[in-house]
Amino acid sequence: MSKALRLSALRGAAFFGLLAALPSFNLAHWVLNMLVFTLMYAAMSSAWNLVGGFTGYPSLGHAAFFGVGAYAVALWFQHHAIHSGYEPFVILPLVGVLAGLIGLPVAAVAMRTRADVFAIVTITLLFVAQTLAFNLHSITHGAQGLSIDPAPFSPATFERPFYYVLVGLLALAMGITYLTIKSKVGLSLASIRADEDKARGIGVRVSGLKLLTFCVSVGLTSMVGGVWAYYEGFVYPQFAFDPLITISIVLMTFLGGRGTLWGPILGAFVLELSQQNLAYRLGGSQFYLIAYALVFLLIMLLLPRGILPTIQDRLRYRRRRAGAAEGDDRPSAPAPRTAAAKVAVGGGERA
Amino acid sequence: MSALLEITDATKVFGGVRAVDGASLSVGANTITALIGPNGSGKTTLFNLITGYLRPDRGRVQFAGRDVTGMDAGSLYRRGLSRTFQQARVFPQLSVQENLVVAGGYTWRQLFTRRVSSSDRNRAGQLLAEFNLAPVADLLASELSYGQRKLLEFAAVLMSDPKLVLLDEPTAGVNPVMIDTMERHVRDRHAAGITFLIVEHDMSFVMRLCDPVIVLDQGKPIFSGRPSDVQTNPLVLDAYLGS
Repeated sequence: MSKALRLSALRGAAFFGLLAALPSFNLAHWVLNMLVFTLMYAAMSSAWNLVGGFTGYPSLGHAAFFGVGAYAVALWFQHHAIHSGYEPFVILPLVGVLAGLIGLPVAAVAMRTRADVFAIVTITLLFVAQTLAFNLHSITHGAQGLSIDPAPFSPATFERPFYYVLVGLLALAMGITYLTIKSKVGLSLASIRADEDKARGIGVRVSGLKLLTFCVSVGLTSMVGGVWAYYEGFVYPQFAFDPLITISIVLMTFLGGRGTLWGPILGAFVLELSQQNLAYRLGGSQFYLIAYALVFLLIMLLLPRGILPTIQDRLRYRRRRAGAAEGDDRPSAPAPRTAAAKVAVGGGERA
Repeated sequence: MSALLEITDATKVFGGVRAVDGASLSVGANTITALIGPNGSGKTTLFNLITGYLRPDRGRVQFAGRDVTGMDAGSLYRRGLSRTFQQARVFPQLSVQENLVVAGGYTWRQLFTRRVSSSDRNRAGQLLAEFNLAPVADLLASELSYGQRKLLEFAAVLMSDPKLVLLDEPTAGVNPVMIDTMERHVRDRHAAGITFLIVEHDMSFVMRLCDPVIVLDQGKPIFSGRPSDVQTNPLVLDAYLGS
């Protein structure tokens, strides 16, 4: 096992070990409730990162699939009883596959556009989904929403099953992200993000990879939506298809660092915990949105690439400077004798 | 000599402009064919039609005996037809080595294998050594000089063992030493069996390297023949200098 791989494994084991151990510290209900929401956002940010970070398609429509997952679970349990309490978790993979299948034609159309146009197309999708949920009374009960039977878990440990399922979903999202980074899929996505036309011309399977990534990403998002619906016990269109969900996961991913494994998770923990705290202090009002806007502005100004990429850049720069200083101490290498030799060692004209 | 690439009556219209106007030409196997012409004569549009970046409004493109009209750029690449761009286009946030590896033209199954396997490293390593890019293999492509990016782009399209490579102004914006380097690499790869179609404005480069030369004007070929004949052809002189 290489050193880098060992470090990654250790980091992952420590993080998930800590997450698994947290509930056993007898944390207060409000703390666990806060962690449940933080894990939801961490899993969704990680899923969004596949499309928005690695592929470079800034989707603003992911909340539509969060809502699809929420309604899928709510609708299913209008017709099926909940006995042990774990049934809604068991159907989550089905919910993910369903959302992925719905995402396929959506991506086939939307991903023909790029950048800001793609963002507009996807946010339109979100509002279309919300409007449908409001108006398809016979299925969704419109603004009245749908309720799900309460989970028959012990009140003392009510949050734990949700918490652990969300830890599992986060592990799944991060596992998929890790495998993406380490495979040629990640390499291909990086080329699509940098220059899609060029990537197409060197045989990268651009269309197929974009569809696959989008479907996996929205599938994961919908599974989180399913857990949320069950946890809340009711589903209303304005909350299931809430643009604030999209804005939050985009903001969290930008804050931590797009296209990195840990960036979205870091962003989710920083922002969601701050938001919950702000909402608590400001009496659950919407004032925290002003704080959100301030954070977004600060990120754009100070860390346009996010926390982790900025740190990585600075470390790389420092290492290079240290390397150059070491090189100065050593006897200098003979100068290239010809211009061709200079080019060969990395000289030549700069663009 | 059999034709590796054959274009018949290709036409592409943008609004009221006929960028390529019923062009028919062929590129013989194992040649280094030049495609020259004044600015706006349709060379790059023709490149885009051949490589699947644009669909012709009319006409046919045949490659290696098969009709490939309207086929997408990726499929053509995997069939052995690749190109470079006028402005060197590399992936700036990937390393130099990864820029080569990503151009391997992989199957779906291969996409789910390691990002850079040891066989990828070997294959890319050979090209990096050949193009004098081995010392910068681990740098980000954004850190390379423009000339090195040109070389990297050229090296990358060789990862898929192409039959035909289209080079769009390979010497544009690079220094004289790099022009010689580029010429040497084209000659080496030609000797190894690759056919080239080159759009170029540097006439001395064309005269030294290419045979035959095709001259395009107003979207259609007006001359095709030996480099020595092109300089005295009245149609060509008229196209470049005006009557």
